[in-house]
Amino acid sequence: MAIDPATPDTTGSGAIRTASGDSPVAAEPGGGAPSAGIGPYRLALRRLRRNKVALAFGALFVLIVVLCFCAPLYADHVAHTGPNDNHVTDTVTVGGEEKDVVSVSGLPIGPTWQGRFLLGADQNGRDLAVRLLYGGRNSLEVGFVATFITMILATIVGLAAGFYRGVVDGVLARILDLIWAYPVVLLGIALGTSLALGGISIGPIELSGNSLLVPAVIIGVVYIPYVAKPIRGQVLGLREKEFVDAARVQGASSLRIMTREILPNIASTLVVFLPLIVANAILLEAALSYLGAGIQPPNPSWGTMISDGIRLIPSAIHLTFVPGAMLVLAVLGINVFGDGVRDALDPRARVKIDAKGQEKFREDPMEIAVEH
Amino acid sequence: MVRFVVRRLISMVLVLFAISVLTFLIFQAIPNGDPAVRMAGRLATPEQVELIRESWGFNDPLWQQYLTTMEKILSGDVISYTQQLNVMDQIKQALPATLSLAIGAGIIWLFFGVVFGLFSAIKAGRFTDRALTVLALVGVSTPVFLLGAVALYFLAFKLTIFPNGGYVPLTEDPIDWLYHMILPWAVLSVLFIGVYSRILRSNVLDTMSEDYVRTARAKGLSEKRVMVRHVLRNSMIPIISLWSLDFAAVLGGGAILTESVFNLHGVGQYAADAIQQLDVPPVLVVVMLGASAVVVLSALTDVLFAFLDPRIRLTG
Amino acid sequence: MTEPERLLDVENLRVSFRTEEGLVQAVDDVSFHVDRGEVLAIVGESGSGKTVTGMSLMGLNRSANSRYEGRATLRGRDLLAASDADLRKIRGSEIAMIFQDPMTALNPVQRIGHQIVEQIRAHEDLTKAQALDRAVELMERVGVPRAKERLRSYPHEFSGGMRQRVMIAMALSCSPELLIADEPTTALDVTIQAQILIELDQLRRETNAGVILVTHDLGVVADIADRVAVMYGGRIVEQGTLDELFYDPQHPYTWGLLGSITRIDRDKPGRLPAIAGLPPSLLDPPRGCHFRPRCPHEFEQCVEVPKLEVRDPSKPGHCDRCWLSIEEKRRLRTVDGDFGLAAKKQAVA
Repeated sequence: MAIDPATPDTTGSGAIRTASGDSPVAAEPGGGAPSAGIGPYRLALRRLRRNKVALAFGALFVLIVVLCFCAPLYADHVAHTGPNDNHVTDTVTVGGEEKDVVSVSGLPIGPTWQGRFLLGADQNGRDLAVRLLYGGRNSLEVGFVATFITMILATIVGLAAGFYRGVVDGVLARILDLIWAYPVVLLGIALGTSLALGGISIGPIELSGNSLLVPAVIIGVVYIPYVAKPIRGQVLGLREKEFVDAARVQGASSLRIMTREILPNIASTLVVFLPLIVANAILLEAALSYLGAGIQPPNPSWGTMISDGIRLIPSAIHLTFVPGAMLVLAVLGINVFGDGVRDALDPRARVKIDAKGQEKFREDPMEIAVEH
Repeated sequence: MVRFVVRRLISMVLVLFAISVLTFLIFQAIPNGDPAVRMAGRLATPEQVELIRESWGFNDPLWQQYLTTMEKILSGDVISYTQQLNVMDQIKQALPATLSLAIGAGIIWLFFGVVFGLFSAIKAGRFTDRALTVLALVGVSTPVFLLGAVALYFLAFKLTIFPNGGYVPLTEDPIDWLYHMILPWAVLSVLFIGVYSRILRSNVLDTMSEDYVRTARAKGLSEKRVMVRHVLRNSMIPIISLWSLDFAAVLGGGAILTESVFNLHGVGQYAADAIQQLDVPPVLVVVMLGASAVVVLSALTDVLFAFLDPRIRLTG
Repeated sequence: MTEPERLLDVENLRVSFRTEEGLVQAVDDVSFHVDRGEVLAIVGESGSGKTVTGMSLMGLNRSANSRYEGRATLRGRDLLAASDADLRKIRGSEIAMIFQDPMTALNPVQRIGHQIVEQIRAHEDLTKAQALDRAVELMERVGVPRAKERLRSYPHEFSGGMRQRVMIAMALSCSPELLIADEPTTALDVTIQAQILIELDQLRRETNAGVILVTHDLGVVADIADRVAVMYGGRIVEQGTLDELFYDPQHPYTWGLLGSITRIDRDKPGRLPAIAGLPPSLLDPPRGCHFRPRCPHEFEQCVEVPKLEVRDPSKPGHCDRCWLSIEEKRRLRTVDGDFGLAAKKQAVA
């Protein structure tokens, strides 16, 4: 498909659309705002600070992250049990009354609202609150590592494809298309199931099947095209800009131009994608775990906990509800915060009135639609 | 046009080739994935396993195994390892459920995505817009399987308004079919409505600041006509392409989670089950089916695109 | 000669917008009138409020964040007070507008013919075929060759000049009484510019419509304007006939404008003088005369806003906003034998 060069890109191919090659920063080579003398990032930060809703949800996400990473503290000092310790035959005292952790009929105890079994137990008599925090830690770790992989590889691929064009672009574009066209969840399950069974060893790298890195790598690979494609588009536009020509005339190497001239100009796009990928990675991890292709039992994750709980929904809905609510809150937190970051970085996103009194609302939509 | 079709067909063949090779290799690389061992059962002797290997051709060189499998797939008589049933027949059985899911949900999410997105854009910056934005974000932040399970619990188990999953063929009982499809449609749509409404909102806002919309107002057109004929029409063009790709993905077994939660026995669930058994042929066929759906629909979208936006020429 | 018929009367128009940064007073106490068959040029640099003035008459920048004061009467009806529905009927039929960039002002995915027909049928009860016939007529009238076939074309299949002709045809489709042309030639090649101006001038004569020509180009003004209003920082600083303005300019800003254009009839070597300094911020405008910070002839009284007044009773249509006496103005306005603005003296610390 070709577009008349005189017209803007309106195609939005694929699930992600971005305004081609004109990020707020790209508009000002060198990154300096001409009039006020404030850098675009400082300006964005100021706008973000005014967006109380986004900040509140961002704080919620941070709070969840901190709580989850304090899981061992909670396990040792409050609950006095580990995430994988069974207490099927134990009893717990609630309000002076002795109760079975798991009843004779196999029903786990509900929330006790005290140190031990704060949120109840699961069918194996494991402390739900402890598992929730450890599970969150695993889910978040997978999400963060996957995002790291996605961002690094997508940046490299996008930069290389956009900058060198030609054969490099052709090959990379085909690979991206391949990952794109491959049903994402199927790819995840295929890789997840296979790797979980036997781990993987590629040269010096060796992963065991229950390593957290297995789902992290899979998820990281899945999202590369979503980030690499828009970056490639931006780089294609940026490489024609005068400041790149200027650097080239000064004898800068390709690597230097890419890292020093182009990278700073796509940085805002990367910043916008970061929370979006984290959110989606956490969701995809949950989906893979639900299908048995993510984090492997007995290790907890929000996804595995939900899928364990779903089987017991009629008798013990808290087993689904607790990790489910935590997952949704964490993802919602980062999504709302990310939305705020996007608005802040792109001044066109807000209702703005220019000098002619025309209302301008613009934003770079970037969305990922993957069933999770 | 001929050139376009030819080029698209070539690229489709290439994509299918690459995807099938990739899938094949993934399953070959699986350490415990020897299908013969699984087929022989737990009590099998090494001789029996070897026999199965020989008869299924698992001892052939990899490329030959690939060619044999592909030949069987293309001729339609490929047989799964575990159930030893014809994969094509199985998929034919699963297809109505998946089609029902994809078409119904596709219409629902497109309609509500556009309605909410448009409404949100018209009320940009106001309370309605903020509320719809938060709702959309809740939609994209909720896992489909969680939403599906909770919906099933409350609406099917507790209140018994809806059936507890399963699929009834349309040809058998249209009312019962609808009855069984409503929840899966709604649950699958939630995510997409969230995504689509946000994309449409920003497209509409983009378009509203275009000069030609100002021209349309200056011509004295009614606000409704400006919004529908100029703003919405031009904002819908990218949405259409997005929709056809997502629709293709669901059609090609992409809605694995929804199908599993509601036990629809669709194509995606079939593939998911096969993957868990490390059963290569069904996975290969479903993956290729999905990729073909994506390639064909994206080609159709490009044609539609060129029709909707005269600036675009088809070059493949 | 008959008394010219008054078409539009704008009195004390003030337009302000609430923005993220604060309140912008885009148009500040602007008054002018347009008669039938005459061309009033509104001249100014970008941000002077000239475009906002034009758009405000059509209500195109109405929003929750905009405020209008004053009156703009088109044949007895106040445009500023008109309801959105009434204004919609006026737009396109009684007042039509031609925009700066014909590349973006037409909907890229609709046929030209459809876009013209759409406007005709929004105002008149015609069948599609009748409206199409009129569209062909209009296209021929503005000089589009093979008009009938070209109605089926899309905007991107036209050149810039042709697109602007289409815009003009569209504007004329319901025989408007007032035509607002917002920088109609700015985005075009110089040769095309002249053709479009000739076209506009001819149409004005044929239809006897009043024209408001918004531009920053004094060359365009000299070509077809009857009267000129110079805007600076949201205010009209000087208003008069073409001759009065070009041969007897009263406001220092006008001197600067005249001094910075190329003149073929004068041999003036060296650089064209530009007006030093930047246009005022409408968020935080200077007190008093908006031109004060850039004006070399500034004195104490300039911190008060000068009224737009007639200074020479023999020229009742010529008014300006400057506190200098008429004698001082005539003395100060020539630099090197031509109109121009002297350099502003730097304040000694």
